[in-house]
Amino acid sequence: MEAGKSSAAIIPTPSTEDFRIALRDTSPILLGIVPFGITCGVMGLTAGLTPLETIMMSIMVFAGASQFVAISMLGAGITSWSVIVFTTLLVNLRHLLMGASLAPYMSQLPKPLQALLAFVLTDESYAITISRTHNGHYSGAYQLGTSVLLYTTWAVSTAVGAYLGSYFPDPLAWGLDFAMPATFMVLLIPRLMEDRIQQIVCAIAAVLAVAGALLLPGKWYIIIACLAASAVGAYLEGGKGGAQ
Amino acid sequence: MRSDILWLILGMTAVTYMTRISSLGLIRFMPPWMEKWLKYVPTSVLTILIVPALLLPQSRLDISLQNHYLLAGLVAALVAYKTRNVTATLGLGMAVMFSLRWLSI
Repeated sequence: MEAGKSSAAIIPTPSTEDFRIALRDTSPILLGIVPFGITCGVMGLTAGLTPLETIMMSIMVFAGASQFVAISMLGAGITSWSVIVFTTLLVNLRHLLMGASLAPYMSQLPKPLQALLAFVLTDESYAITISRTHNGHYSGAYQLGTSVLLYTTWAVSTAVGAYLGSYFPDPLAWGLDFAMPATFMVLLIPRLMEDRIQQIVCAIAAVLAVAGALLLPGKWYIIIACLAASAVGAYLEGGKGGAQ
Repeated sequence: MRSDILWLILGMTAVTYMTRISSLGLIRFMPPWMEKWLKYVPTSVLTILIVPALLLPQSRLDISLQNHYLLAGLVAALVAYKTRNVTATLGLGMAVMFSLRWLSI
């Protein structure tokens, strides 16, 4: 956790090794990504998009939640460019928080790599990369590995859904999407053993996330719960008279 | 490809990329107190991704034995706590999930 200060960019292992480890660490959650990608492909067709248009969206936008929202809107007859694009912006605002959390590390990488890593930043690649950063060290190659694997899987499974969708009964009916929360638990629980503040932050985030998911539209609950719970953490740490 | 759909995808791509890259551009202007605050973002984000996925699988609150995500989630949490191992956690969690699906259908 103390590695979470701004200048921890030492890379003790070779980059290819980090890339390989990232592929290994990321593979479990692919089980949950594939059915969502297939569903995205199927939904695109149902909403009246061609397979190419549906796949193009996955390759260019690469943000599952906002793609589902946009496709649902198209399917419901909402074709206004500004409405769909603005909704996409709102759904994806949470990336600002994750980007800020990774920025101290990423900003030490070459600019083209920063630009590329930003393009493929997702909830999943963030969670996996930041956990690795706190348990070992940050590595651009590691973040690239997890991002590339998630990106490829999303694009390919969207294509599978768009071309073979009619052969799958309902890819989400099997509960495979449970792979994501299950994997993230292994990342979360050791953090909670670190100190009491992490536990309090977790409890507040949990309550606010549930309340927010029930009461707020879209993905706002992620932004609100994250801002509030992290602020309480920072406040409690300050109150201890500890760090810095 | 229809041009209106292409423009729509390009618009979505542009705003999404903006949300992903802006923080990197703004890092130099970040006040010191934000560092302390950002330290708790990972725990918050992980919690926020996990808890609603288990408690609101159908977008509504479901705290009951019929909620397979919740039951499998409790097992996964216990295994994660005991082993800290992804394969064990995912394997046992999924086994519970599939068993519940199979038993109830």
